[in-house]
Amino acid sequence: MLDGRISELPDAPALRGSYAAHAKGVLRHREGLSVTPTDNKGAEAAEKWVALVGRVRDHQDREAFAALFRHFAPRIKGFLMKSGATAGLAEECAQDVMATLWHKAHLFDPTRASVATWVFTIARNRRIDALRKSRRPEPEDLPWGAQEEPDQQEVLELAQETDRLGAALALLPEKQRVLIERAYYGDLSHSEIAAETGLPLGTIKSRIRLALERLRHHMT
Amino acid sequence: MTIRHHISDALLLGYSAGQLPEAFSLVVATHLSMCDDCRAQLAAFDAIGGSLMEECDDVALPDMCLEATLSRLTSPEMGGSPPRTRRGVFPAPLVDYVGGGPEAVKWRPIGMGVRQAILRTAKGASARLLYIPAGQNVPDHGHRGMEMTLVLQGAFRDEADHFGPGDVELADEDLNHTPVADFGADCICLAATDAPLRFSGLLPRIAQPFFRI
Repeated sequence: MLDGRISELPDAPALRGSYAAHAKGVLRHREGLSVTPTDNKGAEAAEKWVALVGRVRDHQDREAFAALFRHFAPRIKGFLMKSGATAGLAEECAQDVMATLWHKAHLFDPTRASVATWVFTIARNRRIDALRKSRRPEPEDLPWGAQEEPDQQEVLELAQETDRLGAALALLPEKQRVLIERAYYGDLSHSEIAAETGLPLGTIKSRIRLALERLRHHMT
Repeated sequence: MTIRHHISDALLLGYSAGQLPEAFSLVVATHLSMCDDCRAQLAAFDAIGGSLMEECDDVALPDMCLEATLSRLTSPEMGGSPPRTRRGVFPAPLVDYVGGGPEAVKWRPIGMGVRQAILRTAKGASARLLYIPAGQNVPDHGHRGMEMTLVLQGAFRDEADHFGPGDVELADEDLNHTPVADFGADCICLAATDAPLRFSGLLPRIAQPFFRI
């Protein structure tokens, strides 16, 4: 979607490397911070993915799954190749990740994560399995499922917050963003990872914190 | 339970990125099970990962991949495996490593009433449980690398601060400390280091290779 937009810019062929990435960031930034609904593309797309995962969960809808696959599988593959996987391994893992999305759709909570975030966590775990052959202990499960439908307003707000975070990430100074990317691609050891991301994490954190409080409240 | 000492952002980012040695991940996962504040902060770091993946240059898959994946899909595991739950003062991730609750730990004495149990994790860092009787101190020690200590029961105090249930102390090479357990309750901690501990006294130093601490 965004790639298409950039290629529509008159000077698109001249956009290279970090400048292109920056331009892409500015586009995203405007979308993310804008209050007019027409410009709210990132969050709208995020809501669409949430709805598709809902169809997978409730109706085992294969068309919805195919749409999710076409969007996310190539990104998972790209992400894993940047993390050092061969094309073949990345392809195999991308398929595993998407199959996991199908089988675990009932565990997805759109008030705590976007679909992209959820897919990232599945891909990360698959990468640890495939490339590092080690375990990553997971925190205690929070029960999810047998409850009422998530509040649509909360889902939207989380989507908007996620979009804003993505925009802020794209606007970071090059050097800083590269460091964060390297950390997530597995290029940095834990002792090389710096604490300061320079990203406004406070708002998304508070939102998720509230969602957790509500969940705990339901449990008791 | 008010947690005052949390997991640092650097460690949460490392955990989110999947870059922590297993022993550190175990301490982080155990703390996250006790602390929704850090759980939410981790979700924020996961969202950064999601954004990076969303913006990642996509690499097309051969057409047959979608077909192949569709053919693998079975009915979703609605119930799935039973939720992992805590046992006593051990949150679920720790229960997985111990194979049960506090009663299942195979403690080994390491002197002065202090006991420990090494947990099996991948190379690069080691994890162990420590049992410090109320009022007792752990031998004075420094570290070559980094040490994370999470309190599960009781509390301890050292040169840096006071640590109660759920609190995490992060110690680096500069900290030489003598943790002393509070009176009132025996203290149980989960600790991870990426280098062997360095004890100041001669005897503990000789004993160290045998106890793998």
